[in-house]
Amino acid sequence: MALRMWASSTANALRISRSTNNSQLSLTRCFSSVLDGLKYATSHEWVKHEGDVATIGITDHAQDHLGELVFVELPEIGATITKGGPFGAVESVKATSDVNSPISGEVVEVNSSLSDSPGSINTSPYAEGWMIKLKPSSPTELNSLMNPAEYTKFCEDEDAAH
Amino acid sequence: MTLPLARNIRLPLMNLLRLKGLPILQQLHIEERLLRTSLDNWCIINDGTDALTTVMGISGKPLELLELEFVIQDEIPVIRRFTGGGTVIVDQGTIFVTFICNKDVIPTVQPYPRPIMNWSSLLYKEIFEGIGDFHLRENGTFMKLQDACYQLALDYVFGDRKFGGNAQSITKNRWIHHTSFLWNYDVKSMAYLKLPLRAPTYRSVCSLFSYLSFVFLFLYITCID
Repeated sequence: MALRMWASSTANALRISRSTNNSQLSLTRCFSSVLDGLKYATSHEWVKHEGDVATIGITDHAQDHLGELVFVELPEIGATITKGGPFGAVESVKATSDVNSPISGEVVEVNSSLSDSPGSINTSPYAEGWMIKLKPSSPTELNSLMNPAEYTKFCEDEDAAH
Repeated sequence: MTLPLARNIRLPLMNLLRLKGLPILQQLHIEERLLRTSLDNWCIINDGTDALTTVMGISGKPLELLELEFVIQDEIPVIRRFTGGGTVIVDQGTIFVTFICNKDVIPTVQPYPRPIMNWSSLLYKEIFEGIGDFHLRENGTFMKLQDACYQLALDYVFGDRKFGGNAQSITKNRWIHHTSFLWNYDVKSMAYLKLPLRAPTYRSVCSLFSYLSFVFLFLYITCID
């Protein structure tokens, strides 16, 4: 864990990046990556707000700490989700973890491919590993979430504290 | 555990619930309710359960994990619990130990599987001191898939032998870590379990002597996860 923290800090300081299909990744794959253009919750979920739909998943930091995911539980379409409340769960080796919604809204779509490929969250947490899409009921809730720089610091502080 | 030893471990204040022979389904109901509705920290110890029972993890599939013909024939109860992990078969000879904690009560422990087990292993290391070579052991090989680095499962072992199954559930503000220790067991019970599809690597490197001497114990224990 100490080596990971040192490596992450070093990568941040040196602005190390790698060429990937997604040019917005700011860190190498083996360190937790943070994507520009998203908002982040302290419980390590991300939100991408486009028009009247918000896409939600868990961050690279979260999937990295959880380990290989083997099962994903998602809500029903039409379910009402409350900010900060759980909307599903993921199972990594030996552990289930609640996934909490950063914002309130109605579920309009779920990523059904995760039932057969839960590992997509590990390999592509910000793209193929998206979990649900919401119709936000209070878009202003997005203002209370962290931007990428704030979330990066939050993760570093959290890892350093343990 | 004596108090002087306890001071060396960062332990939160816990409510202790000691049970004997409580059915495992009731135990799991209590645990989930305490996890989701209580604000206190808990340690639950159940000395055996009332009847032979199979308990699967949250995503367990009976067809893959159980010898259904025998399970149905012998009317063995099958439970799917709310935590992750593999399948265990428990009975009066199993000792269950559970910790339920608020996520910030132990400052050095992040609410993720590995940090939680690293903390719990410190406690058990004190408990098992002088009994055997207790430690945590990686379950499997460290794999890299498309440049992603995965953490591995951890097991409690004496030497290179697993002696209990464990699992966890993590909510927004709390976590639970529960373990079933094979204090005593009936080797015939393993007939109800199928070997897991994913076998830990240390199984393949066991010496022939170890395999022959401990074949039933080893296969039974590795069926837990």
